[in-house]
Amino acid sequence: MLQLQGIELALPNGNGGNNNGLSPVLRGIDLTLEEGKFYAITGPNGGGKTSLARLIMGIYRPTAGHIFWRGEEITGLSITERAQRGIGYAFQQPPRFKGLRVRDLLELAAREQPSDPNGSLLRRLCHSLRSVGLCPEDYLEREVDASLSGGEAKRLEVATLLLRKVQLVIYDEPESGVDLWSFDQLLRVILERHRRGGMTTAVITHHEQVLLQADEIILIAEGEVKARGPRAEMWPLITDRARCRWRRSCEEENDEAGCTR
Amino acid sequence: MKLDALDKRLLETIADLHGVPAGAFNIRRNGQAVERRSTANIEIRSKEDKPGIDVLIRPGTRNESVHIPVILAASGMTDVVYNTFEIGEDSDVLIVAGCGIHNPGEAEARHDGIHEFFVRRGARVRYVEKHYGEGPGPGARILNPQTIVHVEEGAEMILETVQIRGVDDTQRVTSARVASRGRLFMTERLLTHGTQRAISDVTVELIGEEASAEVISRSVAQDESEQLFRPRLIATAPARGHVACDSIIMDRARISSVPEISARHPEAELTHEAAIGKIAGDQLIKLMTLGLTEKEAIETILRGFLR
Repeated sequence: MLQLQGIELALPNGNGGNNNGLSPVLRGIDLTLEEGKFYAITGPNGGGKTSLARLIMGIYRPTAGHIFWRGEEITGLSITERAQRGIGYAFQQPPRFKGLRVRDLLELAAREQPSDPNGSLLRRLCHSLRSVGLCPEDYLEREVDASLSGGEAKRLEVATLLLRKVQLVIYDEPESGVDLWSFDQLLRVILERHRRGGMTTAVITHHEQVLLQADEIILIAEGEVKARGPRAEMWPLITDRARCRWRRSCEEENDEAGCTR
Repeated sequence: MKLDALDKRLLETIADLHGVPAGAFNIRRNGQAVERRSTANIEIRSKEDKPGIDVLIRPGTRNESVHIPVILAASGMTDVVYNTFEIGEDSDVLIVAGCGIHNPGEAEARHDGIHEFFVRRGARVRYVEKHYGEGPGPGARILNPQTIVHVEEGAEMILETVQIRGVDDTQRVTSARVASRGRLFMTERLLTHGTQRAISDVTVELIGEEASAEVISRSVAQDESEQLFRPRLIATAPARGHVACDSIIMDRARISSVPEISARHPEAELTHEAAIGKIAGDQLIKLMTLGLTEKEAIETILRGFLR
């Protein structure tokens, strides 16, 4: 179980002005993710979803509050230590590496899992690539550099996590930059991995297809958990809020432009 | 003269040799030829007027290799060697060179290798050269390679040079002339650390129709080391070329990169790009999310970058 208690997060705002150049990003977050559940985290852009994921992974450190993972406080642990405790994170925009091949990245991901005596490491790497729709013959030796498209990089990101031994995995907008057909396949893989692995899965998403698969939906906006609950309860709220927000933003836009639609 | 354990380790580092190589080879140690073998198609012979060898590859020779590593394991020694490679028409060969210096003393140990290649019509050659320095003494380890390349019509040269680590000072000079439909692919990878200094001057002239060249430099400068790259690409014919210099800067190092392209024909197409930057934070974070420590992540990124 992952527990966040009284989490506050402030990040540099770049203008060096108020609050020592820090702006609040997350406020008063109290959140529990239970073992084996599938969560969808959604909400408007800039609301704090990615910051929350990065905070759980240890990329950001909270300015206040505590994080517990399976009973152990991990607030002060590094990214590496959290990864070694079975927490995984798939980036929204995976970084590129000049000179590092797909094979290298996958091998790094697979190194913590002993190889199946019946299958070689290479076979595992190939299987993970095929699962996300990438042909090993075409991709294993390719560099993880800018020559990969956004969609290819996202699929590779998921393949990397398939090889890891994780108990909690957070996917950050796996749908972004991925075509609809490929995303169908990615989502199938994510769900299958979740069900077979018995892990806790959280997907940051704006995609209805993901929301409809979730055991629970968490709505994050303005740096706060605005609502959470089972999918059936949350669904009307999510769709109403989305409509409201869309309508409000249209009205604001029209006001600014001095015109009406 | 027998090779000792140190020699064997250096040979493994610079030429991936785990014993006597297959095919033709010439091993040079402290200015002397230690072992040599010619084959039916590849003849290696000593120069008569100066130190060095001529490597003569018969026309049509294919899938053969030549190893010509150099070991310098003495302090206070300057080894200057002139090697000439005649790569016969329509041949396709691999040449593995490299120099490893083990400097045990206080005086400098220096190797200046001057290599000239004649890649005849339709031939293809891949030349791999690794440089490495080590040793307990404070004496400098210096390597000044000079490479001169003539790529004839329809020929191709792949030139891969790597400075692994431990070279205190290097001044690398590479010049190439590429004739019609000839192709040159050059990659230079270089790591400096401590107070080391590296200067690389590359001049490639594209002198024939449809000649092409790609010059790629990747380097990492650590600690207080300094690097200067001056690749020049000149086209006097309807030819194509690209220069790319990419460097990772760390600690208090300094890097200057000055690519130059010069066209003297209206149909020439030349491009260049250069970038210097630190290791991207997201790259480190990504590898750490896979369970690597920060140190392991840095090593992985640098190893890939300089591969």
